[in-house]
Amino acid sequence: MIKKKEAAGEEQLALLELSMDEIVDKIEELSGQNVFDCYQCGMCSAGCPMADEMDLLPNQVLHALQVKDPDVMSANSMWICASCYTCQVRCPKEVDLAKVMEAMRQIYLRKQLDHVPLDDLSHREIRHLPQIAVVASFRKKTG
Amino acid sequence: MASKKPDKEMIHIHVMGKTYEVPAGLTIMDAMEYAGYRFTRGAGCRSGFCGACSTVYRHEGDYRLQFALACQETAQDGMYLVQLPFTPAPRAEYDIEKINPKENVLLQYYPEIARCVSCNTCTKACPQDIQVMDYIQAALRGDIAKTAELSFDCIQCGLCSMRCPADIKHYHMAQMARRIYGRYMSPVPQHLEDRLQEIAEGKFDAELDRLVSMSRKELEEAYAARVREEAPAESEKSE
Amino acid sequence: MKELEKLTYFPGCTLKDTARDFEISGMAVMEALGYVLEELERWNCCGTVFSLTDDDLMHQVAPVRDLLRAQEAGSEEIITLCSMCYGTLKRTSHFVNGNQERLDKLNAFMDKEIDYEGKVSVHHLLEVLRDRIGWEKIEERMTNPLEGLNVAPFYGCTLLRPQEIAIDDTDAPSVLQDLTTALWATPVDYPYAVECCGAYQVVDHREVIVERTHRILSAARRAGADVVIASCPLCHHNLRDTQKELIRTIPDYEEMPIIYFTQLMALAYGVEAGKIPTSLKAKIKHLQTVKGEG
Repeated sequence: MIKKKEAAGEEQLALLELSMDEIVDKIEELSGQNVFDCYQCGMCSAGCPMADEMDLLPNQVLHALQVKDPDVMSANSMWICASCYTCQVRCPKEVDLAKVMEAMRQIYLRKQLDHVPLDDLSHREIRHLPQIAVVASFRKKTG
Repeated sequence: MASKKPDKEMIHIHVMGKTYEVPAGLTIMDAMEYAGYRFTRGAGCRSGFCGACSTVYRHEGDYRLQFALACQETAQDGMYLVQLPFTPAPRAEYDIEKINPKENVLLQYYPEIARCVSCNTCTKACPQDIQVMDYIQAALRGDIAKTAELSFDCIQCGLCSMRCPADIKHYHMAQMARRIYGRYMSPVPQHLEDRLQEIAEGKFDAELDRLVSMSRKELEEAYAARVREEAPAESEKSE
Repeated sequence: MKELEKLTYFPGCTLKDTARDFEISGMAVMEALGYVLEELERWNCCGTVFSLTDDDLMHQVAPVRDLLRAQEAGSEEIITLCSMCYGTLKRTSHFVNGNQERLDKLNAFMDKEIDYEGKVSVHHLLEVLRDRIGWEKIEERMTNPLEGLNVAPFYGCTLLRPQEIAIDDTDAPSVLQDLTTALWATPVDYPYAVECCGAYQVVDHREVIVERTHRILSAARRAGADVVIASCPLCHHNLRDTQKELIRTIPDYEEMPIIYFTQLMALAYGVEAGKIPTSLKAKIKHLQTVKGEG
């Protein structure tokens, strides 16, 4: 298990041992979405509750996938996404961006590159958390 | 070496890919020893209690892997066998006197129980017929008493953790639950408390001193003359 | 005494410990309305989140097992109080019910169980209140109307998104407001009613949740809310727990009480409501005194 540091896009590709072509293909396969359905209207980013925290806004993430920009893999967007589905309900092309985000996470998680370091989480940190939060967090960020 | 009876039924077992002919009716452990293996690890009480002899096996023609204790399971013809003498599962460090037995204490020390996907693989791996998934679920919802109750028969063989896709350490976590239950939750046995108090107050000191200073002959006489329960009825008596 | 109608109830993990008040108040108000929430036997954690990759069946096992338990109990539906459980179980029911290929694969995997037939449906308690009991009856049963209390509804995500499982309009829902009105309280309109609380990001990005909470609760406060009602234990935790930090770090910060919608009902019904924040109890008492004088 390796903790993913905020490394540049190219470093992420090296870590994953995948090219952007392979990554985008895998994302489309896992999510069942066509990244080229997006015409960059920005409705998703306008409604995203986590937009302020993201390195790349939701619509920028989709654009990066369209142009195969590796920086999308080093952006924190997929990890700070809360799977709230606001993007999907508002998208005029019905692109399921939440599924695209999930697919991006799964590319790491299926290679045992967990994002939440379970071994480092102390019992003091968990003490005040309800299990609903812990279960959901581990489901989204560990493989 | 005892001579083989000519009509004794023999079966074939395969140990780590190598085939042996052994008498039918032996346990897996006895069968492997008959075949010439010597257990320096992965054998203990030989009575189904210590959990040392975890075995993974498969029946010929069946795709499923199955799990047992080598000292308890009868070897069958065509069994493919391997031993798992050790499970490298880490145990959380804690001081039972210092932990706060809140409901989520198990989640705190074993956060990976939150990764349980209810696949039931652990239950299928258990040689003690424990409902393992059920106790993990009880632990996840903070029911320490139920976790302790359901995991009571656990002998720490480790097969559940070996098979778990979420890398949960079922048996260590359950042991913690049982310890917490015993230390903080189970009712205090008052008669035990009373007796310990009596001992601390020295109620039995004089008698113990007397016993300790007796000679062997005096002890034998005292033993023969001890107060006993009524002898059983004539028909039940056995000498 | 009229026999109580049974509803097959799926609690979810948190309602058994940290969100006990949700269950306590929920059971009490449903009993007052003539229903008993009968807990599903041998249920397991639903998984909290619905698995979003098309090839994943492993993470469907947990929620499908729960649907199977309902089938085993002879029930055609599951009722949940926890919105997150609702979302996951409902999406799972859509994923497998009627899809023979998926059912076959899952049933083959769960070889120690009887086959799940794919016929169990999932409903949230709010649907039962609105569609089966009706606001009139809910209003009728009240003993302590909450007149004058300003209530801000916080829906969270999973009751309304995605569209296929929404119990109401995704952008302008009204079920919690209608419930509020039925209890003679006043629903408050504010822009964060359907926003996400941040959910599981509270585990490793707590500071983000603190900020979210600040925005949500400040908006509710500015709109005149006396209390925020939630339907999800994670929303409830996020809002309440991170508010403690706001209280600690912001001078003169006025605490916003946050309770479950069933607790609001319980207060109006005079039945067991679980732990109610002191400030809310005081507010309600004050309103009743004022009403008495007026």
